[in-house]
Amino acid sequence: MRSLTYARAIREAFAQLLASDPRVFVIGQGLWSPWYVGSSMESLDVEFGRSRVIDSPVSENATTGAAVGAALAGMRPIVVHPRMDFMVLAIDPIINQAANWSYMFAGKASAPVVVRSIINRGGEQAAQHSQALQAFFLHVPGVKVVMPATPYDAKGLLAAAVRDGNPVLYIDDRWLYQETGGVPEELYEVPIGKAALRREGRDVTVVATSFMAAQAVVAAGALARRGVDAEVIDLRSVKPWDKELVLESVRKTGRLLVADAAWATGGVAAEVIASVACEAADSLVARPARVCLPDAPAPMSASLEKVYYPRSETIARAVENMLCLKEASCPTGSRS
Amino acid sequence: MRPGEAAAPDRDFVLRMHRTMLRIRIAEEQIADLVEAGEVKCPCHLYIGQEGIAAGACAALRRNDYVWGGHRSHGHYLAKGGDMKGMMAEVFGKATGCSSGRGGSMHLFAPEVGILGTVPLVAATIPLAVGSALASKVSGDGKVSVSFFGDGATEEGHFHESVNLAAVYKLPVLFVCENNFYSSHLGLLERRAADNIFKAGEAHGVPGLAIDGNDAIGVHRAAEEAVRRARRGEGPTLLECRTYRWRGHVGPSWDTDVGVKRKDELKDWLPKDPVARSASWLLERGVAKAALDALEREVRAEVEEAVAFARASPYPGEEELCTHVFHGENGGA
Ligand SMILES: Cc1ncc(C[n+]2csc(CCOP(=O)(O)OP(=O)(O)O)c2C)c(N)n1
Ligand SMILES: [Mg+2]
Repeated sequence: MRSLTYARAIREAFAQLLASDPRVFVIGQGLWSPWYVGSSMESLDVEFGRSRVIDSPVSENATTGAAVGAALAGMRPIVVHPRMDFMVLAIDPIINQAANWSYMFAGKASAPVVVRSIINRGGEQAAQHSQALQAFFLHVPGVKVVMPATPYDAKGLLAAAVRDGNPVLYIDDRWLYQETGGVPEELYEVPIGKAALRREGRDVTVVATSFMAAQAVVAAGALARRGVDAEVIDLRSVKPWDKELVLESVRKTGRLLVADAAWATGGVAAEVIASVACEAADSLVARPARVCLPDAPAPMSASLEKVYYPRSETIARAVENMLCLKEASCPTGSRS
Repeated sequence: MRPGEAAAPDRDFVLRMHRTMLRIRIAEEQIADLVEAGEVKCPCHLYIGQEGIAAGACAALRRNDYVWGGHRSHGHYLAKGGDMKGMMAEVFGKATGCSSGRGGSMHLFAPEVGILGTVPLVAATIPLAVGSALASKVSGDGKVSVSFFGDGATEEGHFHESVNLAAVYKLPVLFVCENNFYSSHLGLLERRAADNIFKAGEAHGVPGLAIDGNDAIGVHRAAEEAVRRARRGEGPTLLECRTYRWRGHVGPSWDTDVGVKRKDELKDWLPKDPVARSASWLLERGVAKAALDALEREVRAEVEEAVAFARASPYPGEEELCTHVFHGENGGA
């Protein structure tokens, strides 16, 4: 299979969706810019025309509302927010409108809109240009949330999102844009709600999202060299999420660590661990753990950014703690 | 003098505005070099070319009046009296910065001179400025609030809701739109159907004026009248100050360097340099060239000293990472 970067895989999905479905159009900021959204939208306006690839005023609420309205009128719009932080201005059309529409009208209508937002953090951009807010949407019935970690999933999940028939939030991460991987040339779907088993292992289940899934694979490699056999599950969809695969894995390993590069409180990791606690607590031989951001906004200074963002080493260290490989950090009662 | 009639500007007053503009220009050129050299890494949106607006508008304010800004606010901070060293250290991400290294260029703060915050979410501080004006109305403290924002910010609902709110309650606030004709890579008429931002004032029942933003004296005159109205309890004014940013949207480069082609406009705008304009105004009125040169040397020395201070300052310690999430924790402010 041919190899593409994550950013190129996204662009290819857009191109093929625009080419194959006249109902698809794209609206959002930066779509005609050579740098705004990396290479993930490069020249799509040239290829498909500026009436279907629409760079917009600084009007997140109106563009998102318009995309929802167009979806209700039969189109398959994709609205793009170059940063997740900006999407906060568009919460009403997403949560109050799109997410509720099918239910409010007893399934007689739905808003098949895709809201793509980009996690774009680091680089001393600080609190308002760094946020990963998937947890907001996890909370709300009626909206699906996908977070691809590989080029293959980046393409396949965008196609699935556009064809799903429901509002879907598609969240990609600038820190993954240069990752490469095999991507089929034709358009294909990655099913929403199905996780991917990235590595089989016996000792611990590491469930991760997006960039942290890529980091978890690296961490598992490092752990293997230290004799720890980690199973890595890339969640891919955080709503709905693949509970079956996670439960099955935890029943095998007896240990669960969830890595999500967002705040711990009320987040994806909390949800996964709560579900496992409710349904498979007796399989656990150690306390579950989370690798998330500290419960603080993103700092600016390089000295603070360095300790703010978790990486593969953070995951590896957390697994070692869970397995009591470092005596000092072993919580009483968790040794298996 | 009758109302509406402009007093002849005072030479010393114009000299002070000129000094303000020089401080902004020279500080930003320094920041541009530091970014280029890789020493400053946070996103810096340069105000070069637009200095006349901050200098003119802030010259109409008292020290304790409020100012709010956005991502491109070095100029607002300095013009209102923010400390040069505090800004420079902040841009470096140092603990001695005006936001203690929490914000960088896009988050400046100097409450001692009324800067309640500059933050980069476009239009975010427009309603906040309405809020400080509301506070002044409720408390009767006599202060005026100024919101600085770009042409792009007028595309957010925040702007229209805020002008209406301020209009209906006659709040003491100035909406200063710095129309530099671009929002990142997009020209004004790619984002709106008409070049008429100032008319939003009239539509909301308040005065709206389009003025030359590169003329600090003219900006000051318009701002002074708007401030007077505000203090009299007659409500807000919208000033659309027409100007041009010389550099790219973010960073020290010129637009073409990052692949954005603006029309051939820059060559028309360079001769309208607001700093050169006030310099020639002063020279024509008998200020010696030597005096202006001395002023420039003095400002350069101030900027260099601030850079040295920033370099020598420590970074925030790792123990700072989770402090101040809530105010009052970890020793309060
Ligand atoms: C809510 C929000 N949307 C989008 C952005 C991205 N953004 C940053 S600056 C900018 C341009 C704003 O243009 P304008 O208001 O004219 O200010 P200028 O940059 O010209 O000073 C944009 C779109 C943002 N920071 N916040
Ligand atoms: Mg602008």
